[in-house]
Amino acid sequence: MMEFLAMGGYWPYVWGSYLVMAGLLLVEMVQLRYRRRSLMGWIRRMSRLRAQEEKQ
Amino acid sequence: MSERGIQWFRFTAPANFYDLAGRLIPWFAAVTIALFAVGLYLGLVVAPPDYQQGDSYRIIYIHVPTAWMGMFLYVLMAVYAAIGLIWRIKMADVMAKAIAPTGALFTFLSLWTGALWGRPTWGVYWVWDARLTSMLILLFLYLGYMALHAAIDDRQRASNASAVLAMVGVVNVPIIYFSVQWWNTLHQGASITVTDAPTMATIMFVTLMIMVLAAWMYSVTVVLARARVELLERERNARWVQERLEGASK
Repeated sequence: MMEFLAMGGYWPYVWGSYLVMAGLLLVEMVQLRYRRRSLMGWIRRMSRLRAQEEKQ
Repeated sequence: MSERGIQWFRFTAPANFYDLAGRLIPWFAAVTIALFAVGLYLGLVVAPPDYQQGDSYRIIYIHVPTAWMGMFLYVLMAVYAAIGLIWRIKMADVMAKAIAPTGALFTFLSLWTGALWGRPTWGVYWVWDARLTSMLILLFLYLGYMALHAAIDDRQRASNASAVLAMVGVVNVPIIYFSVQWWNTLHQGASITVTDAPTMATIMFVTLMIMVLAAWMYSVTVVLARARVELLERERNARWVQERLEGASK
């Protein structure tokens, strides 16, 4: 296991590449999900408001 | 013939695209996860160390896919931008805009992984050689496209102006590709070409192709998801959006 993590002494370069890539892809997906959620919330609030206005 | 034309036209209608993409995304996501799992296992565990570079060469399994995706996605973005500009198809602009952040991300990652590979192999993180510099310009083109699109309030004008920028920038892609032939670069030439057999071991080549495919599937998944959000944003007052929100709680 330690041998695998050491990557023949090149661990800062190999893991520095793989982890940064994994991290940034994760950030992209989380950011997209957040953008979608907040937009959905906005649309729902607006349609609720519109429905209330129609009632009055 | 005319019937088929109508069928294809249907996909450009926002509501149809939204539904179709929503159905496709889980499948593309599943394929992405499977390909990354296999590719990472082969690349980090199964494939042997390189006889010259040791384990540092394993960066190739993300360096090459990210660099290729940076270039592929740019061409794709420019094609969509051109379609949007010429035929005034709004969906094309949505697609082009949805591709840009993922393309920029992959381009950045190719530069990042390249720097971390360059240090143990060349002794430096960065040199101003033609391949590296033209790749950096690609990143700036993506950022310029996104900034321009965001800077103009009128949607049609934003779409037109950024489409022109995307199309002009395409000239950079062949420059990146041929840079290692045209100029004396520190960066090595292509190991994989369309005409010749790859100059690397089979296990390395197969692993690399799996990782390239994984990056492709990831891009398709994320771009479709972003295009859906982009559509919702643009059409938030449209009837079809209201209908879909009332139906599903997702």
